[in-house]
Amino acid sequence: MRALDRKLLRDLWRLRSQVLAIGMVIASGVGLLVMSLTSIEALQDTATAYYERYRFASVFARVERAPQHVADRLAAIDGVQAVTTRVVRNAVLDVAGFGEPVIGQLVSVPERGEPALNALALRQGRYPRAGSPDEAVLSEPFAQAHGLALGDHLQAVLNGRWRRLTVVGVALSPEYVYTIGPGALMPDDRRFGVLWMGAEALQAAFDLEGAFNDVSLGLLRGTDPEAVVDRVDRVLARYGSVGAYARDDQLSNWFLMNEITQLKTMARLLPTVFLAVAAFLTNMVLARLVAVERSEIGLLKAFGYRGRVIAWHYVKLVLVIGAVGIVLGWFVGYWLGLYNTMTYAEFYKFPFLLYRPGPGPFAVAALASLAAALLGTIRAVREAAALPPAQAMQPPLPPLFRRGRLARYSPARWLDQPTRIVLRQVGRWPLRSFVASAGIGLAIAVLISSMQWLDAIGHIEDVYFLQAQRQDVSVGFAQVRTADAARGLARLPGVMATEPIRAVAAKLRVGPHMEREAVQGVPARQRLYRVYDASGRTVDLPPGGLVLSTMLAQLLDVGPGDTVTVEVLEGRRPVLEVPVAGVFETYIGSPAYMEIGALNRLLREPPSVTGVHVRVDPREREAFFRELKAVPQVSAVTLRDAAIETFRATMARTLLIFVSFFVVFSCALAFGVTYNTARIALSERGRELATLRVLGFTRAEISYILVGETGVLTLAALPLGIASGYALARALVVGLQTELFRVPFVIAPDTYGWALLVGIGATAASVLLVRRRLDRLDLIAVLKTRE
Amino acid sequence: MQGDARGAPLSPVPKDTQARGVTLRARGLTRTYGSGEIEVRALRGIDLELATGELVVLLGPSGSGKSTLLNILGGLDTATSGEAWFLDHDLTRASDRDLTRYRREHVGFVFQFYNLIPSLTALENVALVTEIAVDPMTPATALGLVGLGDRLHHFPAQLSGGEQQRVAIARAIAKKPSILLCDEPTGALDSRTGILVLEAIETIHRELGTTTVLITHNAVIADMADRVIVLGDGLIQQTRRNERRRAASELSW
Repeated sequence: MRALDRKLLRDLWRLRSQVLAIGMVIASGVGLLVMSLTSIEALQDTATAYYERYRFASVFARVERAPQHVADRLAAIDGVQAVTTRVVRNAVLDVAGFGEPVIGQLVSVPERGEPALNALALRQGRYPRAGSPDEAVLSEPFAQAHGLALGDHLQAVLNGRWRRLTVVGVALSPEYVYTIGPGALMPDDRRFGVLWMGAEALQAAFDLEGAFNDVSLGLLRGTDPEAVVDRVDRVLARYGSVGAYARDDQLSNWFLMNEITQLKTMARLLPTVFLAVAAFLTNMVLARLVAVERSEIGLLKAFGYRGRVIAWHYVKLVLVIGAVGIVLGWFVGYWLGLYNTMTYAEFYKFPFLLYRPGPGPFAVAALASLAAALLGTIRAVREAAALPPAQAMQPPLPPLFRRGRLARYSPARWLDQPTRIVLRQVGRWPLRSFVASAGIGLAIAVLISSMQWLDAIGHIEDVYFLQAQRQDVSVGFAQVRTADAARGLARLPGVMATEPIRAVAAKLRVGPHMEREAVQGVPARQRLYRVYDASGRTVDLPPGGLVLSTMLAQLLDVGPGDTVTVEVLEGRRPVLEVPVAGVFETYIGSPAYMEIGALNRLLREPPSVTGVHVRVDPREREAFFRELKAVPQVSAVTLRDAAIETFRATMARTLLIFVSFFVVFSCALAFGVTYNTARIALSERGRELATLRVLGFTRAEISYILVGETGVLTLAALPLGIASGYALARALVVGLQTELFRVPFVIAPDTYGWALLVGIGATAASVLLVRRRLDRLDLIAVLKTRE
Repeated sequence: MQGDARGAPLSPVPKDTQARGVTLRARGLTRTYGSGEIEVRALRGIDLELATGELVVLLGPSGSGKSTLLNILGGLDTATSGEAWFLDHDLTRASDRDLTRYRREHVGFVFQFYNLIPSLTALENVALVTEIAVDPMTPATALGLVGLGDRLHHFPAQLSGGEQQRVAIARAIAKKPSILLCDEPTGALDSRTGILVLEAIETIHRELGTTTVLITHNAVIADMADRVIVLGDGLIQQTRRNERRRAASELSW
């Protein structure tokens, strides 16, 4: 081994704890990037493979009733490869031991053979046998939630009659990767499940013999789904279609793709911040590390080593440090990616999981980190190598300090000398001090922006569930009912108040923009399910006109006073011009509201409802549920308490875990910065501190100087961290907006408090670690050596 | 020292006991670094007494053990065996805390490379020590004693080497130490500047009567001492008393 390489190894060993601290910082950037990229890759690969293997359809449509021969006309559309017609209906289920009503989505499968599209991934058992109308295949999460196994039974209301079904299979389906019930926000596998049953049984039960109410189309490769959607709409319009839609708008897939998009934004934003901070730090630390080596560089040059050789020597040092961080980050990232993907798999149900990260994410993360590290070094090495050897071997001239203007004012005279040393040191190199402060500040900022999520979720829960919603149960009907239906519900035991809702499937058009969104008719003054602006006020609906969520208004590019073309997708399918009467801010979805009477009049129908919000006396809940199960035409039941509980549980399992990763990473970051700052302070100040020890200063007194400097930098970092945390959180909130979900920008005071505590804690920990080195200061060497 | 010093602070040495008697005393002092094959015996048995108010020059080639001896007497290092006493305090059995207090209250150090704090002015460098001393003179007085009354607010980088060393001397004596230990104080200076520094030490010694030990390998400087001790190979080779001390200003090399 060459002498220079041996020096390299020894240097690395000497700097081992600093190498590890920088490595931790790099590792957190790399780890996060790898985690996000591999999770995205895994979700995408898994979804693609799943969709392909189980022939997930490309275009979907729902009708009221279409005769079977219409399928041939759909098959004749250009680019259509396969057509599957089905009966799909929601029904109330009764599962033994579960008092609340459960909604089942009943989906027909062919009497013989597998469906041509949307095949089931059977986990247990088999498809229903031909001519066995009481056999059903259950969706796996639903079966698991209720502990239902093959051979077990459950009850379902099929067209007003209770039927006893036998479980013959348990399956997953590409159509239900994300299974959410009507009106729900998140999967609740106890209250909503999918049941696949024989086609004849369902056709008979819902009076659809020789007909279908749902169709899926598979397309030839390269066919534009939107073109097919238009053709399908034309064919199905007269059969009561609420509009065909492509895979992109299919509920389960839409949620999944939304998640992937969100992950991509995350992968772009957060690791970038971490990598930037890591780069910044690496840069700072290495530049100062090399600056300390100045006289050695001069010596090497004096021996005749060429500049390039010397530069390569230090580049190797940095490469090793970078490699430590990168390899560490790879392992952490791989593991977290797997963990993360498995967490997703709890909500997005796949029959298999492809976590086979390719080299791409690892290479990207490594290159980004190395480049950052090298950039920091090269400048410092070049500066050192550019000096004539004689000059480089001399210690740099002692820096010229100045008495600050403040020193002349009387309060400054009370400062003791150690404090003065600290302040002058910080003031002498304002840029360097700023850089160190900024590093700590950024760690705090990252912490704030990750913990902000918890505040935001708490805020959503408060606004969306607690303040806006006052109903206990929301009941949806399979078809439009007259207002009598609402009055009927009001007579059930325990009902204290009801409020009607009339939802109309529609396409909203403004110029080139089109959004598929139900217009929801609700009373002008809502008491139960309130149209609630995020700023905390209920929105009273005007007697005419649409009140849009800001998200929808943005998508359609309209404001109050503009007119929206509403293409109603049911009944006589009128096309109406409706003015926008107002907009309001909401965090979830992109709803459109209208006063229910005005909507009824616009549709030229008698007072009608599609659902009812109900407030129930808690003492009579069970009686209410018992009777509700017998009410005909009920296709959706949502319980507010259950929704809140699901929301909380889901957030706890996903977001809390996710946030805790970031908290750990931020702590690593804060520690990495402060530890290196303190170590550099020690290496630069070692001689001074030893001198003070010789002069009779105690360890505590010289620790004060070391702690003081890092402390002043940390103190300056706190407001910096708060300000940049605020800005970063804001940027993330904007960046992570989706059609489904807007994260409110809310930061609770304790979030700032915790972030600051972590910053201070990291400083304290690193200073304590470094302080131990003060005990080993060589007092005698200091007297003998020149600076 | 061990028993009483842990609780109560070291008391300042009363002036009347300073007048005569022995300030520092060493018996059979040895110091060994390392062990086995690489064992270095820096001191092999030193017996020494420093009278109060005495100015002693330690002469000797490098490696003779003079710095090791000074470090042990100054409470920077501990002996391997033997005894070292400051008045009635046993330095060889003192804890790190006790030694810190000993340095803080009784010892003034002057180093070859000044060791000033670059971020503090001359005045502040001296104040650094007076702030933690028991009954110090003011920093300005101390700087006046070394002839730097007009350079109080200069930073080290704005002072010449000789001036920096005189600041270091002012810093060492401002606490009115019982002992002033100077390790090659002129080692980094040219002869003219070196003499200015020696004059400062001489003035301090005369005015304050501080027991002073000065290490040098420059034999000329020995002429300003009351007593000259020559070290070699970890042992005292020779001790001689100067009949007449020469003033620093008369020296030249």
